[in-house]
Parts: sequence; C-alpha cells; structure tokens
Amino acid sequence: MRESDNVPLLEVRGLVKHFPVKRNLLGRATSVVSAVDGVDFDLRQGETLGVVGESGCGKSTTARLLMHLIEPSAGTIRFGGKTVGSAALPLKEFRRQVQLVFQDSYASLNPRLTVEESIAFGPMVHGTARTQAQARTHALLERVGLDPRRFAGRFTHELSGGQRQRVNIARALALQPRILVLDEAVSALDKSVEAQVLNLLLDLKQEFGLSYVFISHDLEVVRFMAARVLVMYLGRVAELAPTEALYTDSRHPYTTALVGSLLSMNPDRRTEAAPISGDPPNPIDPPPGCRFHTRCPHAEPVCAAGVPGLGMRAQEHWVACHMGDPMSGHSKAPARAA
Amino acid sequence: MPERVNEIIRSPGFWVTVWRRFLRDPVALAAALVVLGLILMAVFAPWIAPQDPFQGMSLRRLKPPGTEGYPLGTDELGRDMLSRLIHGARISLFMGIVPVLCALFIGAAIGIVAGYSGGWTNTLLMRTVDVFFAFPSVLLAVALAGALGPGMTNGLIALTLVFIPPIARVAESVTTGVRSRDFVEAAKASGAGALLIIRKHVLGNVLGPIFVYAMSLVAVSMILAAGLSFLGLGVKPPQPDWGLMLNTLRTAMYTQPLLCALPGVMIFITSISFNLMTDGLRSAMDIKA
Repeated sequence: MRESDNVPLLEVRGLVKHFPVKRNLLGRATSVVSAVDGVDFDLRQGETLGVVGESGCGKSTTARLLMHLIEPSAGTIRFGGKTVGSAALPLKEFRRQVQLVFQDSYASLNPRLTVEESIAFGPMVHGTARTQAQARTHALLERVGLDPRRFAGRFTHELSGGQRQRVNIARALALQPRILVLDEAVSALDKSVEAQVLNLLLDLKQEFGLSYVFISHDLEVVRFMAARVLVMYLGRVAELAPTEALYTDSRHPYTTALVGSLLSMNPDRRTEAAPISGDPPNPIDPPPGCRFHTRCPHAEPVCAAGVPGLGMRAQEHWVACHMGDPMSGHSKAPARAA
Repeated sequence: MPERVNEIIRSPGFWVTVWRRFLRDPVALAAALVVLGLILMAVFAPWIAPQDPFQGMSLRRLKPPGTEGYPLGTDELGRDMLSRLIHGARISLFMGIVPVLCALFIGAAIGIVAGYSGGWTNTLLMRTVDVFFAFPSVLLAVALAGALGPGMTNGLIALTLVFIPPIARVAESVTTGVRSRDFVEAAKASGAGALLIIRKHVLGNVLGPIFVYAMSLVAVSMILAAGLSFLGLGVKPPQPDWGLMLNTLRTAMYTQPLLCALPGVMIFITSISFNLMTDGLRSAMDIKA
C-alpha cells in the first residue's frame, strides 16, 4: 500500500445529517429529524467494519452519506488522507473508489437494462470503451458465480434474488473500488443463499483487497463478517469495539441488550425477560443527554443531563456511556483514578 | 472473447415483449388496423378520392347518399361528400396527431426535468403548468385560438398549449417515482451526471407510460380541433375538415340528417380506434415482472 498503515482508508468525523420534516412558508426548516448526529469512525485498509442498530437508527443514512448520495449537514469524510469533494479528491474520483450494494436487489437494477448493460454502465461512465467494459462485465459475472453466457443478456425480473444480488455485487466491483458499503446486502435473501453470498463476499475481499462497511441488523451475520463492530442508537455511536470484545464484553447497556437478544444454542442460557422494551424515541424530538436513557435499566439523573462522550475504555474499545466515565458522576462509574 | 459473446442467450427486450403481447390482443389489433387504414387514406387522398373535393355545382346540392356517381351524396355546395371525407382525414388526423406530438416533446421535457430535479425547480415548473391546468381544456383551446385568431397554425399552437400541462403532469409523476428507485442512486454512485442518468436510466422507464397517455389525447385533440373548426376558429373553408363539414352542413340537418352525420361518424370511428389501440398498448405494457 502506498499510504502508511497509520492512515486509515476512510476517516469519518462528526458526520451529521438533519432532514427537515416541516417547513414554514419561507421554506425554512422548523422541525428536523437528526437521522445521523455526530458519527465518527475509521475504516482500515482490508478490514470489515460491521454497523448494527435498530431500524431507524441511521445505518442506511450513514451509508448514503459515505457515498455522498446525500449531502451531509456537517462533518468530513477523508479517503486515504484526502478530504472527499476537495480539489485533491473530486467526488467522481471518490465514487470510483467506494461503491454501494443495496438491500433491495430488484429496485437497485434498472428493469429496462440487461445484466450486461447494468454492470458495464459504471466503467463506461468513467471512459472505458464498450467492448472493454463488456469483457470486464463477463469476467466479473464469472467471478460472482454467474455464467456470462446464460446471464449477461437477461433482464432483472428473470433472475432470482440471490442471482440479482450477485449482479449487484458485480456491478459494484466493475469500477474496481477499494471499499464496498454493503447496506443490508444479504438481509433480503433466504438463509442458504445468504450464506453463499457471504462466502462470496469473503472471497472477493481477499482477491480484490477490498474493505467493507457491512451494515446489518443481523448480529450473527455481523459477528461472522466483521473485525470491528459499530453500534448505532438514534443517530449516534453507542459503542465501537473489536467484534469478540463487543459480543463477550459489551460496555454499553444498549449493546448488552442487543447481544442479550441473540438466540442462544445453549439451553442453560435461557432468558425469560425481554432484554429491552419499547420503541426507540421519536428522532424528531430525541431525549436530552444520553439518547438511550429512556430505555436504559441503569439510567440516573446524570444520563438525562449530559451527553456522554465516546471514550476509549479498553484496547480499541470505544463506548459512549456515563457508566464508563469516572468523571461523569454516575453511581456505577468506576472510581476516579488517583 | 468475440466467439463467446455470440453464444450469449439474449432475452427479448421490453418493447419486443410489448409488441408480441399487443399482437395477441384482437380488439387492439383491429383498432390499430383501422388507424393505419385512416392514415393511409389521408396520405393517398388525392389518388383515392373519386372527385375533386373543391369542385361544387349548384345543380346537385345536398344529394342523399346513394345518388348515382356520388355514393355518399353531396354537400351544401354540391361537392362530392366521399371525396371531401377522404381529404378531410388529412387535416383531421393532422390536427389530432401533430399537436399531441408537439405537446409530448415539450410536456415530457418539462415533466422529466421537474420530476428528476425535485425541490425548487419542480415547484416552479409544475406550479406554472398548474396555472394552465386550472382552465377546462375546451375553454382554454377556444380562448387561445380566439386570441391568436383563426387559422390552422393558430389552432395547432392552441391545441399544443392545451396538451402540455396534462402530459407534463404525467411525466413529472412517473419520473418522481423512478428517481427515488435504488438503481438511480446506484447510477449516481457510479459517478454519472444527471443528463446521462436521465438518458440511460430514466427515459427507458418513463417514456412508455407518457407515450401511452399522449396517445389517448389524440382523439381528444381531434375532437377539440373539430370543435374549433365548428366554431370557425380552426380551419377555414373551403378546406375539407370533418369538424368544419359538421358546421357547414348543420343547416341541412332537417332535410338530410344522414348526410350531416357522416363527418361525425368519421370522427367517431377515428377517435374510438385510437382509444382502443391505446388501451391495448397500455395493457400490453403492463407486464408483471
């Protein structure tokens, strides 16, 4: 790699996206949804970063912000040390490096184009000649496990869900990107096909030296795929830790509840009580302080008063919870170091 | 890999499938044949018509259909009805199809740009279009043609202006639907610009519905044009036009009712054929994927 290993491939700092939901007569937003509200993370070369959270926590918005499909309200994204959208890294060039695979394999392919046309479109946008783009398309189809002779001339409605998602992966790879953002890419597939596609993704990662941002609500799948996991709650980062640490030694009550909701293969580990109850609060009017305090079993007045910062609590283990911060005044916080 | 490319199994494209489905619809096919026949009749009118449509003779005025030498009779100036009806197809079809085609280009462009851009551009364009929408189409056509003055060109302009708003509305709504689909997002993510995305990803998905809608307006346009002619705002006599013929023959309504109805019958046949053909095309395009 040209860049030193110290520079992460992708650096996301203070990413914010507010969607106006109500406007006054002059078009000014009077009420906003803070879908993503201050997200920071790094993606390292060759790693898979899992992103988990409930519906509506801002996972998909984060994915679209990463791609600059929607403009962030605030925050910066740096790719290989260069700010995206600056003169050093124009948007079009960045988009060749980062590609997205959507959850809905049908809606993400143009029904009027053949598989070949869909995949070859990207390279041709970037100036590849048609014949060359077609050759690359056929090689990629072969690589994702679809015989180009049988599939290149087909339309999307003639393919199964798994086949379509393979086409979507091939389309994303056609620009030879460094990063794939997989937004619930396997969630709509049935379990056996899901496993095949996951294994394909692992192979492709090795072969093309890719890094993945793997967004899912399925904790088991994330555990299988990711080296590090980012837990989001209502547009904020709750916890960011190496996968095993997160699953065995979670520090944020929300993560603990999520991990606790996993079905266990061990009959001795039965859980009776629901680990977490209720719905997430309305993101138009999020609770003050820690956004999780309305559902947190350990909530104290301090949680509603102040926003917990994302602090490193162990090796590579970042948590945004007052209970981990000796300075917070939470009764369960560790004693202040002398 | 040229030899391999040749082996690729190619599925029939969307329009091929639509065409095959259309061919299997007997009603639509019959209607399409009638439309084709009318168009051929209009194109070859001078060769088909048995007599000169302008040559009148006061001795043989208002002969009923079936008269020797005049199978459909003669009009109030003694001109051969059959020849005038055949020639009338030229102007009537022209006034039916051309304003709709002009409105299709302009309206689709406005609607697609508005639908794809969204936001302020959409609001500005569509509210402007809505102003025209506020008037009943007949009233608008009459008012515009009246303001511009009688004549075929002015009638054409008036009808085009009448049809732009509804076509733009349809174009805007289908484009808005397509724009939010993931494949447009994916095309954006591959770095393509707006024009390329519209050409490659939007047009193919919206032109079909817009075209079908525009086709359904052809009959309306023809009838409106006939109405304008009837009011003296469209084609000027002695041009043979079905609407104008209805107007000039109405004085003979009580003496030769059958004769007076003939231009109306032609308008009826043409508009119902266009409508049935459009219906067939619409259902042929309604492919469940």
